[in-house]
Amino acid sequence: MSLKKYFPIFVLPTLAAFLIAFVIPFLLGVFLSFTEFTTILDAQWTGISNYIKAFSNDDFLNALWFTVKFTVVSVISINIIAFALANLLTKGLKGTNIFRTIFFMPNLIGGIVLGYIWQLIINGVLKFFGVTITYDPAYGFWGLVILLNWQLIGYMMVIYIAGLQNIPSDLQEAAKVDGANRWQTLKNVTLPLVMPSVTICTFLTLTNSFKLFDQNLALTAGAPSQQTAMLALDIYNTFYSKVGWEGVGQAKAVIFFLIVAVISFTQLILTRKREVEH
Amino acid sequence: MKRRIFPTIISYTLLIIFCVVFVAPILIVLYNSFKSRFYISDAPFELPDADTFVGLENYFEGIDKIGFFSAFGWSLFITVLSVGAIVIFTSMTAWYITRHKSRFTSALYYAFVFSMIVPFQMVMFTLTKTANMLSLDNPLGLVFIYLGFGSGLSIFMFSGFIKSIPSEIEEAAMIDGCSPLQTFFRVVFPVLKPTSITVAILNAMWIWNDYLLPYLLIGSEYKTIPIAVQYLKGGYGSIDMGAMMAMLVLAIIPIILFYLFSQKYIIKGVVAGAVKG
Repeated sequence: MSLKKYFPIFVLPTLAAFLIAFVIPFLLGVFLSFTEFTTILDAQWTGISNYIKAFSNDDFLNALWFTVKFTVVSVISINIIAFALANLLTKGLKGTNIFRTIFFMPNLIGGIVLGYIWQLIINGVLKFFGVTITYDPAYGFWGLVILLNWQLIGYMMVIYIAGLQNIPSDLQEAAKVDGANRWQTLKNVTLPLVMPSVTICTFLTLTNSFKLFDQNLALTAGAPSQQTAMLALDIYNTFYSKVGWEGVGQAKAVIFFLIVAVISFTQLILTRKREVEH
Repeated sequence: MKRRIFPTIISYTLLIIFCVVFVAPILIVLYNSFKSRFYISDAPFELPDADTFVGLENYFEGIDKIGFFSAFGWSLFITVLSVGAIVIFTSMTAWYITRHKSRFTSALYYAFVFSMIVPFQMVMFTLTKTANMLSLDNPLGLVFIYLGFGSGLSIFMFSGFIKSIPSEIEEAAMIDGCSPLQTFFRVVFPVLKPTSITVAILNAMWIWNDYLLPYLLIGSEYKTIPIAVQYLKGGYGSIDMGAMMAMLVLAIIPIILFYLFSQKYIIKGVVAGAVKG
């Protein structure tokens, strides 16, 4: 077909950018994780020694554990609160739109700015106890949880609202007529019907929590002594503040990528399965 | 009646409590930006009074220290050009690879989709080095990088929409003598408008707030707003809290204004993006 000779116009600009910004750095990254290097051009093959170093690096293991804990807590709290708010805002109360506007707003503010806003608030509260957020890793942990809740609740709420509005109202009315109480209606009628939204929101909060960087850098920057550094920040530090550790940094990045990929594929399979059932 | 009124009061009480929690941090930063910097960390919850009020002093100092207006300009320049490039080029690419089926184009499609799940840290170091070698470490080079890095999600969304529209109209246009380019821009592109808005919003939110990529690529010479804010923290010295509060306010104002004017599109776009992504 005549379309083929238009390949250079339609595809080439995007493809060139994609190759330079993604394909080449990605392949190079996989390769370099098996080598020792400082500038890419001086790479020496070292097999899996970077991976061994990564897994015996305390900072990395601590970051991994911190990230997993943080992700579990954030995913649960964000989704429960967002779903509850979405429920309140789909009852036809007056002023629903104003509330929705306010709850969604923090999602638009960038991670660095969010980090410093919450640093002020949290340090202000901790001041009453004579400490700051960098005093104990637990403060940084809960600080990050509060920050991410504040940022993502409105976003997830908006998705839940869309899901709840898709439920035909006669189903809930039918449940009422049949004598179901509120809790039974929620559990047996509403929740099964918003499961697609639950899957989407769980996945979005999961990846957003797991990949968190900017907020982490601004709020605690890993303090005290890297104990509140999450995976992304630990990888960054390994590359840019430890001379000679570039290979290990890249190995950590590959591990990080593999974990994120597993999460994404699980989500894909779950979504597919549910689509078949319907 | 009584049974209906009571839950309504509880609902409103809960909603209002949440509203306070959502708005308070921004208001606290706002009024602290008018306080002398020595009174901010010590008593962040106290309103400015005659002793602590310094007017716009923090704003002048912050603007001067980080070059706020130049940062704003670069943020705007990079975001507008990147989003424009992403919408135009990725929609063209998505149309081509959806309509011209071959092994190559479907492999390309899967490569784009694959890139969506790769976290930035995976390519952070190698991308920075590659961009340096190719002299892409300037604002225009950054736009090119954003086109490449943002193409995954955008192509995925455009392709999804293009698959759902019939190709008869396009074929008719071609038979009537339109070239593929004319067909795309006169027939296809207008139909893609809802998806274009979604793609534009999702990418604008990401690029405007992005810190790490611009910092690594152009941060030593050009500052965007997130880089400028982080720059205030400096090395090991203490932060000038006054300037920090003022700059946080200035960083938030444009976002809130933009949000209030295009709220409908933003929320719709975010929901559409989430459902497909």
